Amino acid sequence: MEVIDFSCIYMIWLRDTIRYFREKSQLYGSIARPVLWLFVLGMGLRGSYQHTGDFSYTQFIFPGIVAMTIIFTSIQSAISIIWDREFGFLKEILVAPVPRTSIAIGKGLAGTTLSLIQGSIILLLSPLVEVHFPVVHLLPILLVMGVLSFTLTGIGIVIASRMASFQGFGTIMNFVIMPMWFLSGAMFPPTGVPGWLNVLIRGNPLTYGVDLLRWLILGFSYYTPWFGLILLMMFGFVVTSAAIFFFNRGEY
Amino acid sequence: MTMTEEAIVVNGLTKDFKGFIAVDGVSFQVKMGENFGFLGPNGAGKTTTVKMLCTLLRPSGGNAQVAGYDIVRDQSQVRKSIGIIFQEPSLDDRLTARENLRFHGIIYKVPGKELPARINRSLEWMELEDRADDLVRNFSGGMKRRLEIARGLLHLPKILFLDEPTLGLDPQTRNRIWEYLLRLRQDANVTLFLTTHYMDEAEHCDRIAIIDHGKIIALDTPQELKAQMRGDLVDLQTGDDALTEKELVAKHGIMVRGDSQGLHFEVPNGAEFIPKLVRELTADVIAVSTRRPTLDDVFLKLTGREIRNGSLSGRDRMRNRLQRIGRRWR
Repeated sequence: MEVIDFSCIYMIWLRDTIRYFREKSQLYGSIARPVLWLFVLGMGLRGSYQHTGDFSYTQFIFPGIVAMTIIFTSIQSAISIIWDREFGFLKEILVAPVPRTSIAIGKGLAGTTLSLIQGSIILLLSPLVEVHFPVVHLLPILLVMGVLSFTLTGIGIVIASRMASFQGFGTIMNFVIMPMWFLSGAMFPPTGVPGWLNVLIRGNPLTYGVDLLRWLILGFSYYTPWFGLILLMMFGFVVTSAAIFFFNRGEY
Repeated sequence: MTMTEEAIVVNGLTKDFKGFIAVDGVSFQVKMGENFGFLGPNGAGKTTTVKMLCTLLRPSGGNAQVAGYDIVRDQSQVRKSIGIIFQEPSLDDRLTARENLRFHGIIYKVPGKELPARINRSLEWMELEDRADDLVRNFSGGMKRRLEIARGLLHLPKILFLDEPTLGLDPQTRNRIWEYLLRLRQDANVTLFLTTHYMDEAEHCDRIAIIDHGKIIALDTPQELKAQMRGDLVDLQTGDDALTEKELVAKHGIMVRGDSQGLHFEVPNGAEFIPKLVRELTADVIAVSTRRPTLDDVFLKLTGREIRNGSLSGRDRMRNRLQRIGRRWR
């Protein structure tokens, strides 16, 4: 049995995509959250914000909000594995004569596709917060978003493979997703924070994804972009391998 | 593949869950085209056996060939040759019936040109054509089951495994599912391997293996199994059951079983025995009846217990509750 089975990857991808467009409430909900952050929190904190450079707070957090959309969409997409296990559909896929690695890859590509769609919708809002980036940056932005999405979906697959039931989901949100997101430098500049916080931010791979997006969207960054890109790709590779390993090993 | 007369060959199959032996060295064979039933109470090892035969669980001991392929060495070939209908639902209820079938066809490599025709035929077999494009979440329990059977047949498997195919369905729906299954044997030329704890369903099978505590305790046609009983069963209630029991044992040497419903025993010919019995007994006869033995009686005789019908274990109840909560959340 070969490891890459294109019809299996296609089927997993197609199913998730169909479901995504069918579930309108989920679609609207995942757009409403970043909009709320951007306009309500962003506008609210604007005044009390000691800005760096020439950017207002809403402008500053815009790349971070794009990253946030990707984080939640990717993780949510991968976590659907737990739903499928709880409701039995996973069994139908797992008894089919297809390699599990292909199932995991299909899931990863589905999460990436949906995250890219969601992230692009937020990207379209950029004129509303007076963020203007060169058109030629669009493709690199989408590429960084894609790498970030694939990596985060991988993290989600690892979590879903290790989690016995849905009850641990809250724990995962509180102890993995939220810290990762807060410590990514998305909501506040990673400069001028206490040393211990700086260490945590620098150790978070997501930081470099957010920083890359900031570089491409706003034109400034805290870290060397190329260094960030290499780090992010390496992290993505490790996560993807882990996702495939744990999904193959999982008992369902 | 090699042509075999036997659809399934099982030798000493064993599953040991860290000290708990769920399946304990079972051996049997199922012929091509046969309708073979696994009958036993909850926890007897039926599902574990099915999971091993479907390559979902690795056996701890013994071996088995399904459609001529070894269940450990040729997993992929086994999977291509079988269709599976699980005990718990395994449909995507956010998709339509047709979409569920289409995805199954893609993942099982049904040629794209053939797929639409096969989907239609599967739907026709299960009489679901007019609901093909409805979301599965709006289906009744019986329709979902039929759709699962249609899906299991889509890639034209040689053997269809059904684990408790009518669990949780009402009696009318159960009967209908059985009409479909029996019709299928002719139309789709498929071997059926099913598990059940309903005695009346086991009667539909060509042969039945009765399984209890992980072991096969009897294997034969329903007729032969019932013929193991000495003849007819008599249920008797009298004014003094204890005295009557003594008299029956002394005069006729009959094994009598007593419970709150009265006395129960086997005799070669119930209709002739009853008038004699009424004349002989000291105690007053309150009620007496005779009937042909059922598989229930066979099971009772073999194990000393009755198969509990329809009672859910704590874990099942928990899962059901979880699924209801889950549905609200989604």
